[in-house]
Amino acid sequence: MTANGWFQIAIFFALVLACAKPLGLYMARVFERERTFTDRIFRPIERLIYRLTGIDETHEMRWTEYAIVMLLFSVVTLLATYAIERLQHFLPLNPQHLANVTPDLALNTAASFTTNTNWQSYVPEATMSYLTQMLTLAYHNFFSAAVGMALAVALIRGISRKESKTLGNFWVDTTRASLWVLLPGCLIYALLLVSQGVVQNFRPYDQATLVQPQSVTTTGIDGKATTQTITTQSIAQGPVASQEAIKMLGTNGGGFFNANSAHPFENPTPLSNLMQMFSIFLIPAALTVTLGRMVKAPAHGWAIFAAMALLFFAGVFVSYYSEAQANPLLHSVNQHASALQAGGNMEGKEVRFGIANSALFATVTTDASCGAVNSMHDSFMPLGGLVPLVNIMLGEVIFGGVGAGLYGMLIFVVLAVFIAGLMVGRTPEYLGKKIESFDVKMAMLYVLIFPLSILGFSAVSLTMPNIGLASLANAGPHGLSEILYAYTSTTGNNGSAFAGLNANTPWYNLSLATAMLVGRFFMIVPMLAIAGNLAQKKLVPPSQGTFPVHTALFTVLLVGVILIVGALTFFPALSLGPILEHLLMHAGKAF
Amino acid sequence: MKRNILTAILYTVVTTVLFGLVYPFVVTGLAQLLFKDKANGQLIYAGTTLRGSHLIGQPFTAPAYFHSRPSAAGNGYDAANSSGSNYAPTNKKLIDRVATDVTANQLDHPNSEVPIDLVTASASGLDPDISPSSADFQVARIARERHLSEDAVRRLVATHTKGRQLGFLGEPRVNVLELNLDLDQTAPVSPAK
Repeated sequence: MTANGWFQIAIFFALVLACAKPLGLYMARVFERERTFTDRIFRPIERLIYRLTGIDETHEMRWTEYAIVMLLFSVVTLLATYAIERLQHFLPLNPQHLANVTPDLALNTAASFTTNTNWQSYVPEATMSYLTQMLTLAYHNFFSAAVGMALAVALIRGISRKESKTLGNFWVDTTRASLWVLLPGCLIYALLLVSQGVVQNFRPYDQATLVQPQSVTTTGIDGKATTQTITTQSIAQGPVASQEAIKMLGTNGGGFFNANSAHPFENPTPLSNLMQMFSIFLIPAALTVTLGRMVKAPAHGWAIFAAMALLFFAGVFVSYYSEAQANPLLHSVNQHASALQAGGNMEGKEVRFGIANSALFATVTTDASCGAVNSMHDSFMPLGGLVPLVNIMLGEVIFGGVGAGLYGMLIFVVLAVFIAGLMVGRTPEYLGKKIESFDVKMAMLYVLIFPLSILGFSAVSLTMPNIGLASLANAGPHGLSEILYAYTSTTGNNGSAFAGLNANTPWYNLSLATAMLVGRFFMIVPMLAIAGNLAQKKLVPPSQGTFPVHTALFTVLLVGVILIVGALTFFPALSLGPILEHLLMHAGKAF
Repeated sequence: MKRNILTAILYTVVTTVLFGLVYPFVVTGLAQLLFKDKANGQLIYAGTTLRGSHLIGQPFTAPAYFHSRPSAAGNGYDAANSSGSNYAPTNKKLIDRVATDVTANQLDHPNSEVPIDLVTASASGLDPDISPSSADFQVARIARERHLSEDAVRRLVATHTKGRQLGFLGEPRVNVLELNLDLDQTAPVSPAK
């Protein structure tokens, strides 16, 4: 670890901290439908959308209607995406004449982008046409994020309203999130990315003549070796910057290219890299301020922010420390950090990012449910790879996905308040609302569905040598980590991968799609049930026995609950994967 | 219910036009207007021949060129098939590949440690850069092959070395394709033997 590395990490976090408040207050005004300085531009577009679609913007929805409309919208967009993928060969903007996507892969991808996961079982530049990327994948990047924000706002309203039957209007919240927040942010951001070298065009792939032709020997299926001379390099192009902007700002993470944010056309410079990490955390961090404002308890918002920040710094320390270490199994290599090289574990990392920015990016992208990568997590040191895995296993609440992170965290807040209530033997209260049996049952449902999907699917895959294990790229405990990571990432709607696992098989495509849908929608419904139930409660005035939710004690309790729930659930699996690999690596064992 | 389904369909269509078509086309228009070269991938031409992109690495293994990092993209530096190796640190294939590359590199510098980035595959398989340490490691070989003094080669490396962006961001690096194209200009050899 170097001083410069920590300085870069500090600058990153200072930027997030500085921008959280202004953006959070702006978003509160947007969702409360108060006046903002951007109304003059967006209000006419908003009205036009409602007019064209017949939406009544004054209509208020109960939690059940909010949930049903959200599900309907998700189903429609999922089917539209599936259809366009299956028909892309016949549609325009496909200069490489890429074929129609196969049914299982198309379904997996449609589920993946609808759920804000952006798990990718395919190589985008060899699979998806420009039109498919723009019209379906980038579109979902906007709307899965907008839906997440709408849901978080619905839960916040459930907390702040009293004796109310309704939570707001799903269409209005989604429209305002996408128009007032995501669209202007992305327009500016996309151009900043282009200024750094992110490409934005509709060119067919360029054919360059290699400076030094390569002779390549490949072994065919029949075992015969053939040597060919490669003289050209086909350079994939596309409308990347426009998609890259929303990919990060909406914590989606689906790369335009297979190498994602490691690809020089997606993330060309250290500055574009800083912008990308910043834009992952920006909205999730700001939403804690929005919460504080809308429930009229700003300090509560900051107490939650502090809990997230604590867990973030713990993760980045372990990740950076582990990756800066030398791999003890490699010999006669110089792995020391110096002014002339980053050193450390450079397999699967880019020279321009080095160790600090790779470890930081991996932590940020898995704290938030983004899943973009600028280095290959599969090649991380065992404990370096443990950090992304644990970040997702804790429930994607360390800032978390846009909207999803906040509502996930609020579920843990309900549990923390409940546990505090048990300790002093009083009915727990949260911001003047009594937390009762129904709320805690729904919170537990939310918490339990998550490991059920992760551990259940992983266990099933491990029992099938020809279907589950045949896809592994690495042997030994790391193989277990690969499968565990896949179901953790999809259930947590993260989308990053231990990418050695070949997931483009019918079993993985379908089971991972199921995990993504379960991880999103089966968790949203109990969350909205809590929101609806809280909204109709009376306010009780704070008393001596009320546990304050804006103190350092609350922050510590909240962090404790998150860690205990995560550790109790996943420690056995982790000890057989990354932890065992770490011990064996230091014992000199390779696989 | 029927009404809600209809709304969902209409809403999808209307917003797809705005966010799926208008938005990327507006960004493309502005990008092509403001940053034409960057929006098209910073391509390098020699006359009318496309030689590559400033951002995309190429494979270099001949002794007269600075070598780039190992690549797991397709058959190596396949820019239509970006990928890392995804080898775990405990994977024998990784350990063997590194050992082979170390042996090859030590021909230039017997018994000295090889800079780690020169024998590890990048995340994209298209990394355009090597560390200054890896460039320095190769200076003696290039000077011999190109009949240049080591100082002349070092000066050339320095002109293609980028420091940290804004003084503190990222890591210092050397663009291999730019450096090798420059080498061919200043001290041409016929590399194909």
